[in-house]
Amino acid sequence: MTLSNMNTQAWWRGLRIAITILLVIFLVAPMVIVVLISFSSAQFLTFPPPGFSLQWYRKLFSDPAWFDSLVASVEIVIPTGILATVIGTAAALGLARSDIPGKKIVTGLLMAPIVVPVIVIAAAIYGVFRIWNLNGTLSGFIIAHTVLTLPYVVSTVLASLQMVDERYEQAALTLGASPWIVFYRIVFPLILPGILSGLLFAMVISFDELVVSLFIGSPTFRPVTVQMWADVMGAVDPAIAAVGTLLFLFSLFVLVAEAVMRRAGIGSPLTGQS
Amino acid sequence: MNRAWLVVPGLVLLLVVFAYPVGSLLLRSFSDPVWGLQNFRAIIEQPVYFKALANTVVISGSVTLICLFAGYPLAYSMAQATGRLKRLLIFAVLIPFWSSILVRTFAWLVILQQRGLINRSMINLGIIDTPITMVHNRIGVLVGMVHILLPFMVLPLYAVMSRIDRTYSSAAASLGAPPVKNFIRVYLPMSWPGAINGIVLVFVMGLGYFITPALLGGAGDAMIAQLIEAEVSDLGRWGVAGALALVLLFGVAVTFALLFRVGNVAARK
Repeated sequence: MTLSNMNTQAWWRGLRIAITILLVIFLVAPMVIVVLISFSSAQFLTFPPPGFSLQWYRKLFSDPAWFDSLVASVEIVIPTGILATVIGTAAALGLARSDIPGKKIVTGLLMAPIVVPVIVIAAAIYGVFRIWNLNGTLSGFIIAHTVLTLPYVVSTVLASLQMVDERYEQAALTLGASPWIVFYRIVFPLILPGILSGLLFAMVISFDELVVSLFIGSPTFRPVTVQMWADVMGAVDPAIAAVGTLLFLFSLFVLVAEAVMRRAGIGSPLTGQS
Repeated sequence: MNRAWLVVPGLVLLLVVFAYPVGSLLLRSFSDPVWGLQNFRAIIEQPVYFKALANTVVISGSVTLICLFAGYPLAYSMAQATGRLKRLLIFAVLIPFWSSILVRTFAWLVILQQRGLINRSMINLGIIDTPITMVHNRIGVLVGMVHILLPFMVLPLYAVMSRIDRTYSSAAASLGAPPVKNFIRVYLPMSWPGAINGIVLVFVMGLGYFITPALLGGAGDAMIAQLIEAEVSDLGRWGVAGALALVLLFGVAVTFALLFRVGNVAARK
């Protein structure tokens, strides 16, 4: 290798490292700023914050607009997570272990809410919910959010089913176990990490959902993301940073839980059950 | 053993609360208020719609290009790094992935606004005298969207790059290929499938963007999604909204079709 080659190489390497450092700052800085602002003692939005205080977290729980929307979010997220997980796991089992006609089309339909732009889904669901009187209702939110989160459950469960050897099930059936026992004793423990990460994904996505909620929400019933939206559009106050920090902690918790489960789930296919 | 019936609940839910609503929204582009092509004619003829269509393609395209040129070196660094540095880089890419779009857009408002972090620091340092406008215009939209979509470029690139066998590049170097040529002829083609995946993901997701352009963009940066929202919630013109939705879906479908074509060509090579 000649000297000039080494120089060009060093130059490109330096450029790449500089870009990498700048991008890491670019990616991380906004979240750092949000977390810092959420502890601000100032009465209005200013950065850097003049001092430390928990006033914005207190406001979330004392201001009815914020508190009611947080409660609404929890009321939506929990049933959505359960419903999407049950329906999605069933669908994944049905898809993975049978030859239904039009399997590709069914899989495509179940995955479609990821591919179709959410604004289209939002306008469409708002349109039919007006006729069905579901706008601004808890059941409307649960139904809509279940549709949006179902693909994530189906794909995580399908992925973990692919790692389960079908011969375990055949062996159990041959030995006289009923299909339900086969599922409960063999398949379920093996795909449990996939089901749980599907549940967590569904809950995070539902909690963070804005566009559909914006359409189907009402002034009296709206989740916290819609309240945040209204806040950003109007007089911005640091309470949104406090919600943002809570949301972020929730996602971080999910990310860590998912990693722990994946570590527990991978390895010998039979060590997942204990 | 046939367990096909397990699909039924999910299938029914998707048919009733997804396929039917989306189908009727699209149908309304031809039937609302009367049957005909008037809604599509309106999109083509009225400048406000045409401008939004153009904005959508231009903004999505610029975001994709920026993500490609910024994300490629970052993904390369991730693939090269080891141990703690590698984990740190992956974490940095995943953080925005896992925090709310709305919250991050809010953060950019704080950073970019007239009396925001960047303007004040630059004035204090004496670099500028008057604040630069960086929100409620194209700059704000691009910064916000790149921040959200960059991970969707970096992760597919990283997935491909981490499987590239470095002995090819070493072989080319020992045979006398200069570094730049070596990179362009050896490494770049091998990493190209990841780039294609990233390009399609970022571009398609960008087409339907609503939150970021609405909060960080100006009046002149309206994209299709914002018009759909306005037509439905403010104006109640379902026909035009349906037509815009159809155009948006068409754009998504065309992009995916191009991906498969390019992907097949790449696979055959």
